[in-house]
Parts: sequence; C-alpha cells; structure tokens
Amino acid sequence: MKKLSTLHRLRAYVGRYRARLLLGALCVSLSNLAAIASPRFLKYAIDSLGGSISKEKLLAYSALIVVFAVLEGIFLFLMRKIMIGVSRYIEYDLRNDLFAHLLGLSRRYYQNHKTGDIMSRATNDMNAVRMLLGPGIMYSANTIVRMIVVLFFMLHIHVTLTLFALATIPIVSLAVRYFGAVIHKRFEKIQEAFSEISARVQENLAGIRVIKAFTQESSEIEQFKRLSQEYISQEYIHKNLGLIRVWGAFYPMLGALLGVGGVFVLWFGGREVMAGRITLGDFVAFNAYLGMLSWPMIALGWVINIIERGSASMGRINHIFDAQPEIKDDSVSVSPVPFILQDKSGSRSLPAGPVLSEIQGEIEFKNLSFAYNGTRVLRDINLRIPRGATYSIVGETGSGKSTLINLLARTYESTDGEILIDGLPIQKYPLRSLRSQMGYVPQETFLFSDTIRENIAFGVEEASQTAVHEAARLAQILPDVEGFPKRFETLIGERGITLSGGQQQRTAIARALIRNPRILILDDALSSVDTYTEERILTALKEIMRGRTSILISHRVSTVKFADQIIVLNQGSIVERGTHEELLDRGGYYAELYQKQLLEEELAGA
Amino acid sequence: MQHHEEEALGKAYDSHLMRRLLRYLAPYRIQVFLALLITAAASLLQVCGPYLTKIGIDRYIVTKNYEGLNKVALIYVSIIILGFLLGYIQTYIMQLTGQKIMYDLRLEIFTHLQRLPLAFFDRNPVGRLMTRVTTDVDVLNELFTAGVVTLLGDVLVLLGIVVIIFYLNFKLALVAMSVIPLIFLITVVFKIKARDSYRRVRTAIARINAFLQEHITGMSIVQLFNHERKSFAQFDEINRGHLTANLDSVMAYSVFFPAVQVVSALAIALIIWYGGGQVIERELSFGALVAFIQYSERFFRPIADLSEKYNILQSAMASSERIFKLLDFPIDIKQPEQPVRLKEIQGEIEFRHVWFAYNRLDPKKESAGPATGRALPALNPVTRESEWDWVLKDVSFKVNPGEAVAVVGHTGAGKTTLTSLLMRFYDIQKGEILLDGHDIRTLDLQQLRRSFGFVLQDVFLFSGTIASNIRLGTPGITEEAIYRAAQDVNLEEFVEELPNGYVEEVKERGSTLSTGQKQLIAFARALAHDPRNLILDEATSSVDTDTELKIRDAIARLMQGRTSIIIAHRLSTIQNADKIIVMHKGQIREIGTHQELLAQRGIYYKLYQLQYKDQELPLART
Ligand SMILES: Nc1ncnc2c1ncn2[C@@H]1O[C@H](COP(=O)(O)OP(=O)(O)OP(=O)(O)O)[C@@H](O)[C@H]1O
Ligand SMILES: Nc1ncnc2c1ncn2[C@@H]1O[C@H](COP(=O)(O)OP(=O)(O)OP(=O)(O)O)[C@@H](O)[C@H]1O
Ligand SMILES: [Mg+2]
Ligand SMILES: [Mg+2]
Repeated sequence: MKKLSTLHRLRAYVGRYRARLLLGALCVSLSNLAAIASPRFLKYAIDSLGGSISKEKLLAYSALIVVFAVLEGIFLFLMRKIMIGVSRYIEYDLRNDLFAHLLGLSRRYYQNHKTGDIMSRATNDMNAVRMLLGPGIMYSANTIVRMIVVLFFMLHIHVTLTLFALATIPIVSLAVRYFGAVIHKRFEKIQEAFSEISARVQENLAGIRVIKAFTQESSEIEQFKRLSQEYISQEYIHKNLGLIRVWGAFYPMLGALLGVGGVFVLWFGGREVMAGRITLGDFVAFNAYLGMLSWPMIALGWVINIIERGSASMGRINHIFDAQPEIKDDSVSVSPVPFILQDKSGSRSLPAGPVLSEIQGEIEFKNLSFAYNGTRVLRDINLRIPRGATYSIVGETGSGKSTLINLLARTYESTDGEILIDGLPIQKYPLRSLRSQMGYVPQETFLFSDTIRENIAFGVEEASQTAVHEAARLAQILPDVEGFPKRFETLIGERGITLSGGQQQRTAIARALIRNPRILILDDALSSVDTYTEERILTALKEIMRGRTSILISHRVSTVKFADQIIVLNQGSIVERGTHEELLDRGGYYAELYQKQLLEEELAGA
Repeated sequence: MQHHEEEALGKAYDSHLMRRLLRYLAPYRIQVFLALLITAAASLLQVCGPYLTKIGIDRYIVTKNYEGLNKVALIYVSIIILGFLLGYIQTYIMQLTGQKIMYDLRLEIFTHLQRLPLAFFDRNPVGRLMTRVTTDVDVLNELFTAGVVTLLGDVLVLLGIVVIIFYLNFKLALVAMSVIPLIFLITVVFKIKARDSYRRVRTAIARINAFLQEHITGMSIVQLFNHERKSFAQFDEINRGHLTANLDSVMAYSVFFPAVQVVSALAIALIIWYGGGQVIERELSFGALVAFIQYSERFFRPIADLSEKYNILQSAMASSERIFKLLDFPIDIKQPEQPVRLKEIQGEIEFRHVWFAYNRLDPKKESAGPATGRALPALNPVTRESEWDWVLKDVSFKVNPGEAVAVVGHTGAGKTTLTSLLMRFYDIQKGEILLDGHDIRTLDLQQLRRSFGFVLQDVFLFSGTIASNIRLGTPGITEEAIYRAAQDVNLEEFVEELPNGYVEEVKERGSTLSTGQKQLIAFARALAHDPRNLILDEATSSVDTDTELKIRDAIARLMQGRTSIIIAHRLSTIQNADKIIVMHKGQIREIGTHQELLAQRGIYYKLYQLQYKDQELPLART
C-alpha cells in the first residue's frame, strides 16, 4: 500500500478540518437521500397511469419531485462549497508549510536540486494534490454513498434484476484497479519529465545573456525540442502502455459497462414486466436508479485519475518534506524557547526574533578541517580572532577562503574541529541569533526584484529612512541612487540585473551594514568596484569596523593590508599569518603577491 | 513584489483568440476531422438508447413479445460496443493530437523566448516566463483534448435529443423545453460571478511562481539575513490571496451544478405532469413517456457539466491570451532583412555619437513598460533628449583592427553597457555603431555575436559538466580546444585533480565551485570559441594575482592580431592596452595611451594616483 503511505502526510491536514468534512459527508448523504426520492414518485406516477388517476395526483407527484430536487440541490450546493472549500484551505496550509520547510533547508539541498524542479513540485504537483483533496474526495464519497443508497432501493424492487444490472461492476472494479496502477506509474514519469522541462527552461532563461552572447539559441532550441519530444512521446505515446492508450480505453469503457447493465435491465426487466412480476413503474424506476449511477460511474473514472495523479504528486512533494534541514538548532541551545510564529490556524512554526543578548564577537577556529564531499578543502585551521579585530584572508582561487566563511555562518556544517564564538561552539547558538549578529557580504551578489530600499533594508526588522540612507552612504551607493529618477524606490530586476556590477555589490554592502552587526564579513566584496570607490568604502569601513570583529577576504593587497592580521590560505591550510609588515619581512606568498601587484603598478607607471 | 502584475484578463470567450488557437489545429486537420466525424457518430449512437427503450416498451413489453425484446437488447448491446470503440478511437486521436499541438506550441514559445531582446528579460521574472512554457501550455492541452471536440459532441447530443423529442411528441417537447430560459439565466449569473474570481486566481498563481523562483534561488541570502519570517509572511499573503480568490470561485461553481440539477428535475416533473396527462388521454405511449424522461436526464447532464467546460474554456482563454501576448512581443533586435555577411571580420570598431538609454524618464510612459513588457520604443526622431534616462551620452571612439583597448571608469559609468551595445543586446537610440565600417544593425546578427568572445561580468554556468560549460552547444569545439582553453586560463591543474576531470558535474549556476573557478571557466569558454574579437568585462576580478598574471601572458599571445576590449578596475591589468578610454557618467572623458593620460592629469591620473599611493607607502618602509 504504497499509495497510503505517500498520502499519510495529508492526514494531519485533513484532520484539521475534520468537523467540516463530516458536515460535508452529511450533506453528501442527505443529497443522495433526497435524490433517491424522485424515481419513487416516478414509479407511483407511472403505475397509477395504468389505472385511472386524476390530474391533481399527477401534479402532486410532479410537485414532490421538484421539492425533493430542490432539497437535493441545497445539499449538493453545501457539499461542494464545504468540501471544495476545505481542499482549498488544505492547499493553502500545505503550500505554506512547504515554503516554510523550504526556508529551513540548507544550501546543500539547493545545490543538489534544481530550482525548476522544486518549483514544479511546489506548483504543478501541488495542484494535483489539491485535486485529490477536493473533487477527488468529494466525488469518491458521493459515488460510494450513491452506490449504497441506490443498491438498497434496487434490491428492494428486484434482487435478480439488480444482480443483472450490476453484473458488470466486478469488471469495472478490476478495470479501475488495473488502470489506476498504470496511470499512477505513468503519471509519476510524466511529472518527472515535466520537472525536467521546467528546470531546463528555468536555467535557459536565467542564463539568457550567455546564450545570446555565444549564439547558442539554436542549440538550446534543439535540446529543448529533444526534451519535450521525450516528454510527449516517451510517456504519452510510445511506451507500450502509454497514458493515452490506457486513458483512451478507460473512460469509454466505464460508460460501456454501465450501458451493458442498462441493456440487461431492459432485457431481463422487460421479461419480468411481461411475466407480471414487476410493474412497469418498477421497471421505469429501476431504469432511473441505474441512470442515477451513470454519472457517478463516469465520474469514477475521472476520480481514479485524480487520485492516482494526486498520490503520485504527493510522493514528489514528500521528497521535499522528507529532506531534513542539515543545519538546524541544537536541542540544547543557549536560548531555551525560541518564540514560535503562530499562524491564525495555529499550524506553522518558525523560530523568530533574536533571543540572544549581544555577543562580543571573539571568533576561534579550532583544529578545523572540512570536506564538501570527499576532497579536503580546509585542513587543520587554528585561528583566533579577538573581538573587535580586523582580520584579512588572502589566497589563491579555490584555496578555501569562502568555505571558511560558509562554516562560520553555518551555511555548511563543520564536522571536524570546532568553531567558537565567545568561547562557545557556534552550534550552541540558535541559528537565527548567530546570523543576526553577522553582516555578511557574499562573494556573489544576490538581490531581489524589489526596490533598492527594500533590498538594503532586507536584513532588519524595521528600517527607518535615515538608516537606509546612512547605510547607502557608507557603502558609497548613495550617489548612484540619487542619480536614479526614482531614487530609493527604483525597482531592480531579478538578481539585480538592471544595476551595474559595482552597484549591485555596493547595495549588498549596504545591506550588510544596516544590520549594525557585531561581526562583519566581506568576501571579496570590492571586486567589482573601481579603485576610487574602493578607497572611499574602505575609509568608511575602517570607521565602522572599529569595535567590531571583521573578516575581509580579498585578492588585493590594497584591501587587506591595514588589517590587524593577514592570513594566507593555501590549499586549505594557513601558511602565513601576521601584519602587513611582518609578512613582507617574511618574504613568503604575501610578500610575493605584494611584489607582483607593486611590479604591475611600477610597470604601468614607468 | 512588483514585476508580478499579471495582465488584466479579457473575456472568457474571445473569438479572436479562439480563431488563433484553432489555427494550431490546422496541421492536424485530418485527425481533427476524423475525430469530429467519430464524435458525431458516437453522439448519434448515444441518442439512440432511450429510443430503443421506447420501442422495447411500446412494441414488445406491452405486447409481451419476447423475441422482439431479445432483438432490441441485441441491437442495444451492439450500439454500446460500437460506442465504446468509437469513444476509444476518438479519445486516442484527440489526446495524441493534443500532445502534438502542445509540442508545437511549446517549441514555438521557447523559440520565441530565445529571440526576444534582453530588455524583455530585464523586466520579466523568470518564474513567470517559465509558466508560459509549462503550465499555460498544459491548460491549452485540456482545451484541445477535453474541450473542443467533446463540446461539439455535447452540442450534437443536445441537438439530436431535441430533434427526437420533437419528433416523438411536439407538444410535450415544447413543455419540456420551456425550462431552457432558466438555464440561460443561471449561466449568465454564473459567468459574471466566475470571471472576476478567476482573474484573481490567475494573478495569484503567477505571483506564487515568481516569488518561489526568486526565493529558491536566493535562499541562502534569505537565511543569512534572517529574512525567513518576513519572506514567509510575504508568501503567506500571496498564498492567502490565492485562497480567497479560489474560495470566491468555489461559490460560483457550487451554485451552478445544483441549480441545473433542479431545473432538470423541473423538466422531468413537467413531463410527468403534462405527459402523464397525455398518456391518460392516449395521446402518448408509455414508452414514449419513459423515453422522454430518459432524454431529459441526458439532456441536462452535459449542461450540468458546462461549469467544468466553462472553467476549461476560461483557463484556456487566459492562458492563450498570455501566450499570444508573449508571442506577439516584438523582436526588435533581429536579423536585418538583408543582412550583410562579411567574408572576414577585421575587427575595426567604431562608435559614432552613440546615445543610449535603458528607460524613458517620464514615469507615466514608463509604467506601460515593465508590467506589460512592451519593447523599448525604437528610434524616434521626435523624441526629445530630456525624455530619456541616458546611460551613454554622445559616445564616440574608434578601435583599429588588432588593437587592445581598455575601458576604465567608476562603477556605473556605462562600461558594461558599452559592450552590451556592441553585441547588440540592446539597440541604441541615436548614433551609429560600426564594425568594419558597417552599421551593426545591418550585419548578420549571428555573425556579429559570434565574432566576439565575451566574458561577462556576471558569470553564469549551466548545470552539466565543466567541458559542456566551456563548449556550450557549439559544434566543432574539440576536446583539444577545451584543454587548451583551460590551460590558457590556468584551470588545468584544478580540473585534473577532480575525480572526473573535465566531465566533473557542474551544478546549477556552478554552485559547487569557488567564484574564481567559475570565472575561469567562463573565461575558458570565451577562448575556446576562438573569436575574432574579445571582450573581457572584469574577467579576472575574482581571480588571484598569480593566476591573473599567468592568464595575461596567454591572452597577450592569443590576442595577437585580434581586437580586444578590456574592462577592468585594476589599472595594472590594462597597462598593455594600445588605447585607454576613460568613461565618466556615461561620457567619454579621456582617450589615449597610459602615458598620454597620465600626462593629461585628468580622471585617469587621479585613479592611478590612488592606486599608486596605496602601494608606495609601505614600499618606502621596506
Ligand atoms: N558546495 C561545494 N561543494 C563541493 N565543493 C566545493 C563547494 N564549494 C566550493 N568547493 C570547492 O572547494 C574549494 C574551495 O572553494 P572556496 O569557494 O572556499 O574557494 P575560495 O578560496 O573562496 O576561492 P575564490 O578566491 O575563487 O573565491 C574549491 O576547490 C571548490 O571547488
Ligand atoms: N539592464 C539595465 N536596465 C536599466 N538600467 C541599467 C541596466 N543595466 C545597467 N543599467 C544602469 O546603467 C548604468 C551603467 O551601467 P553599467 O553596467 O554599464 O556600468 P559599468 O560601468 O559596467 O559599472 P560597473 O563597473 O559597476 O560594472 C548604471 O547606472 C546602471 O544602473
Ligand atoms: Mg570565494
Ligand atoms: Mg559593468
């Protein structure tokens, strides 16, 4: 019962709306009871037509049919409103929870899963699950109730005839099981293929500049063609049990089986009427009952499809839910109870708000080694950064500088060795409060498609106009912003594409500064700004960094030289440390770096 | 959360859109025709059932004719089996055709997307565009497979029923049909209710997509800046908008189905009351009465279904509207009618009084821009200068074939813009850009772009392998060339240490590589394409000095006899340039060699001083 286990997660959600669903089920029953009355009156009317009947009597029967139909209509309306409504609520809950869960997943997860794929699960698959929860449940309930009620009344009229009429039901249920399984399997594949297409399109659009620059359009189209051909042909058409073939047979088959039942009724029921064992009214009523089954039966095909699709999709969504955040708070955090964000329905929880009193900012790496997967990237790092000090890190590309920062900010978890802040391992701090103490300018800038103001104020709860202004000023982005027609309200494109490289980077610096952090980390954050601006930012930073622990990563001597200590990383190990002057005297990597950069300048100046 | 405004929707049924949609059926007209034919036959068969019942009752049951009953039953069964077969074939054909149409459409959209100018992508979130190729197309699939043909089948069934019942008994048929106006009334009310909420649903979905796309890609920033709670609140708001819009539409849909049900019962009641009276007066047979009742049931079933169909139709209209809007977005940067194909590109580049703006200044006019994604207006002689937010102002310079030119200037001065224009990512408003004496707007676009090897400031890697990222989809780049390019950018050592070497997996955006490594791969990519001209936009900004120096030697060798444009903030990296262009706030301020510019004591001199001073201080001490 694989299906049941994939749907297990939904139980809690469904349970939340138990009362409403029960009410819905009640409406299903009542509407069916009301519906069943109509063939009764039909029978009475027809039977009495044989004898002598007054027109008033006929009118009364007709009126009763309408009255019961109105009753049925009311309950049908309630049933839909309640049950479809509940499915919408559950969809809302589920989607919120999914996003909340995504918010907690670590970098490694996003590295291993494509954006397009995750999106496809959160939207396309979510929709399939919603269909299962809404029409899926509603029509199943309706079909079941109707079967029972109708069966009862049919049996009441004639047992054998009922057996004849429903002789095809076992075949129907076999067909349902068989086709259901096939649809499930096919649909899983189709959703996978769909995900692949999404991911492909997503990457293509995100990298459109490169594609245009290298005139890769036709090659991209070719690849896309192949992928979407696969999507339709593999899954829909060619495989010996392509969905189309199955689906094409399934639907008409249900109708046909039911129709055959109808013929049985005509044939056998007709004989019974002739033999006088049932009245013509019974016969007509019987036909009407069978007619009442026809729609639910046909709906059954549809419902099976919905349920199979829904459960296949739920399985795919479960993949996301089942991913455990690699990095999360220890149970024994410094703060006992992170306050929980409560939604109105009381379902979601996200730890919120800094709970930690300000840290001092002393950082220590102790025997730290690290490998992303297999290959060592950091080796036995021992480094203590006293609070308020400014340390710089230089080193070749790929020497592990950013990795060190990743570990400090806990984007990755250190496994070998320890990182301490104020003497406590960072794992002991709640993640939120740890990060809230850091102002981090990542090496690669990511901005959101929002206003410049919102982007700068991104990392703080509330930001006043003056705070944004001040941060922008310190990061030297203010003159640029003032040059834009809409100033701070200027909208920027996704990832910041409508800003120049340097403007993006400076916005990111402002975003870090506005947090007023105890620990400031700049990972090569001046790589895209000119010397003049760099100089001005550094001057501003020197002021800000006073009293804060700061880590500056750069390839430029000019950026790092004023630091209290300069660390040279090589292949993941610290090979030199000391002040600018000390390192120059030592004549190692740093001195060489200095000479090279100096030499360039001299050459240029000569 | 701007950029997300989903366009307001038009009508639920738009004949113009529909006609355009039906055009996609044209290549498959044989299949469609066949399906229609089959549908018609199947509908006919469907209409037969109750009539057979009538015959069974009137001719045989009432007269106790067993033989006859057997015959009718047999005919009935054959009809059902035939109906099943027809139904199967019809579904099969339509599903197949539907898939093929979807394939065509998807490809057309994707192809169009590849041709759209970059200005379009500056304004439209990736998440939203993705929806066009994926979900929106799927919605249309439903229209083609479940909509068009079945709708026709339904109409045929309805017509058939009307014909038969009027044939059976005109008066009773009139009475039964008297409820039809009620159906119209219900439908009209439903339409109004359903439409508004539907529009809100679509908008909400588009927002959800765009939001998710952006937040999934930027998740680590969200986490590092403790933005989870705010992000969640934003998402919740969008999600809630989706919920309430849906709940509103639930209301409309919930009313419709039961209402039709009631009307259907009303019709049956009328038949019993009036028809029953006729039976008593021997104007109508029993069988005919029963057939009437069965017909009226069958009559209302497709109508009750209408709300579903309406939903499909409405979704399809909305999706097609958006798809067509995308397809109609003008490709204003395209291959010229009669492109000039140069035999050999010398690499002479000239900018003549180039003026360029990304946006218009006037906010009122601009508002039409971002949301609907309208193209930047083409060069218009009457546009006044003050209307534009100029990024480049009257830029003129010339690069001789084989020269290396450096562009320097403060950040935001317009350096990257300059290169984008040269690649014809955007078209300029005024002036001319010439390559080998030809206006680039007259040149073959592919040839133009191919002649440049471009290392973009913003590095982008695709998921795949290191080799596939260097080669991209360009045929004819050999393994050899890839190794050589990697060697030139000093990547060789790193790659060879990887477990899988050049076929080591690269994840989305190269997320498992260091920034410098990514930049080097992008650099290698440009070199492997062996271009006539090279544009390096901050191509080594994230690379250590050692590597940078090594690359520089390789580049110097490679660029012998080729034109190159190098943008760099580190003045030291451009020392060998034949010419240095100093940009300031969108204008060229100084042009000359390093020595000339120093002598000029302008901006360049100041920039230089700044860097030089940096180095001098400690030098004095050592
Ligand atoms: N997520 C990851 N998974 C696997 N390997 C990784 C990952 N991130 C980085 N690496 C590898 O670890 C090494 C160190 O990377 P890191 O980003 O720390 O370098 P870096 O010193 O910051 O370099 P750069 O100066 O280029 O920014 C590199 O060889 C890189 O390929
Ligand atoms: N796609 C765009 N849409 C609108 N405005 C843009 C776009 N790209 C750049 N701009 C604006 O045009 C101006 C010039 O940008 P450009 O990228 O050319 O600068 P740059 O000289 O390359 O700067 P940097 O050294 O920081 O990379 C900037 O003010 C920027 O905000
Ligand atoms: Mg790094
Ligand atoms: Mg730039």
